[in-house]
Amino acid sequence: MKYVDEFRDRRLVEKVAAAVRRRARTPHAWRIMEVCGTHTMNIFRFGLRDLLPGNIELVSGPGCPVCVTPNAYVDKAIKLAEDTDAIIATFGDMIKVPGSHSSLEKARGSGVTVKTVYSCMDALTLAKKYPSREVVFLGVGFETTAPTVARTILAAKRGGVENFSVLCGHKTMPEALKVLAEDPKLKVDGFLLPGHVSAVIGSKPYEFLCRKHRLRCAIAGFEPLDILEAIYMIVAQSSPKVSLEYSRIVARRGNTLAQGAIRDVFEKTASTWRGMGEIADSGLKIRRKFSGFDAERKFRIGPVRPKEDRRCMCGEVLKGVKIPPQCRLFGRLCRPESPVGACMVSSEGTCAAYFKYSRSSFPPGLSARRAGGVIRKKKRWIK
Amino acid sequence: MKIAEISGDEALVTAGGLRRKANLSLLKNAKVGEYVLIHAGFAIERVKSSEAKRTLKALEELA
Repeated sequence: MKYVDEFRDRRLVEKVAAAVRRRARTPHAWRIMEVCGTHTMNIFRFGLRDLLPGNIELVSGPGCPVCVTPNAYVDKAIKLAEDTDAIIATFGDMIKVPGSHSSLEKARGSGVTVKTVYSCMDALTLAKKYPSREVVFLGVGFETTAPTVARTILAAKRGGVENFSVLCGHKTMPEALKVLAEDPKLKVDGFLLPGHVSAVIGSKPYEFLCRKHRLRCAIAGFEPLDILEAIYMIVAQSSPKVSLEYSRIVARRGNTLAQGAIRDVFEKTASTWRGMGEIADSGLKIRRKFSGFDAERKFRIGPVRPKEDRRCMCGEVLKGVKIPPQCRLFGRLCRPESPVGACMVSSEGTCAAYFKYSRSSFPPGLSARRAGGVIRKKKRWIK
Repeated sequence: MKIAEISGDEALVTAGGLRRKANLSLLKNAKVGEYVLIHAGFAIERVKSSEAKRTLKALEELA
């Protein structure tokens, strides 16, 4: 068992989809937000919307880490690289993300050193390799990535590496979901919760969504059967709760070792999300005792004046109140090779998903209302 | 991915023909032969085969 093919079994997918259709035969219309960008991508890639009944609507949420990182963060990273001789080490997705005036990719063209790494530990290895230069890792991501960065900072401290620091932009998911749950414009009935964030934090941090906001939730894996089963669980709940579909990975209590690593190195702080503004306690900052590894404290990066492209609708897309084809830039000025907004850059971005899998369904000038009804997806089965 | 070798906190993990280094410091008592979920170079959780089988069985019954 490799835990992939079995969860893509076409026969079973069709049967489970039929079970969802039977179960959802209610006068009630369901609006379910898939929070995670990988869910969005796979819902398109496997054509899952086609299998759902007309009264279940899926909306995409803010779970793509690169997409919710605001321009100010990218601006700071570029400023830091330009003002110092630092090597910027980052996951590949961040390189093309446009800031207010430039991107790391463009900055690289003008002489700044930007290296793509696969893990934060690789950035620490770079720091050891170039002891005369500072290596700044771009700490972007949710609770899944934060413990890996925490472990690396602890390793740097233990190893006495002084030329390594992190520009910390980590965010935490439950606080953002609270804002969405309170948004009168969004009106969702439930959340498909992100599997890998939940592997770290467990199910308890989401329980307020059910108790206080009466939302139905399911922690879902990423294969077609996972997503369909989680939708089934949401529709079948007799009262709002957090169902656990992805039990082969996620434990109810989460990964306590990873939670401890986050607590040791980071503390909670307010954080700005693209499109959602500043959300209290939704970010992580490096504790004072590790300030030698906090790029912001170490280099006192001056203020940046972020500027947003006012035509870009990434903010509304991330909140689930608009879909990409409703944006005037989508598919025309904003394309994967020349992105205007972050949601077109990331491999987990909602705009990138719409562009890749359903662009042809959206003739230019299509009205917003019709755009929601004509989504046709490409089905691709890997077997 | 499957843990093929362990040396300290570092492991060699494999999937199909793919071989990668992974850090095991976020898992308690990881063993060779176990399947793990890798994120950004770290194993962040084990894959529990008994739960995977249980889920698939429940899906068959659902259908």
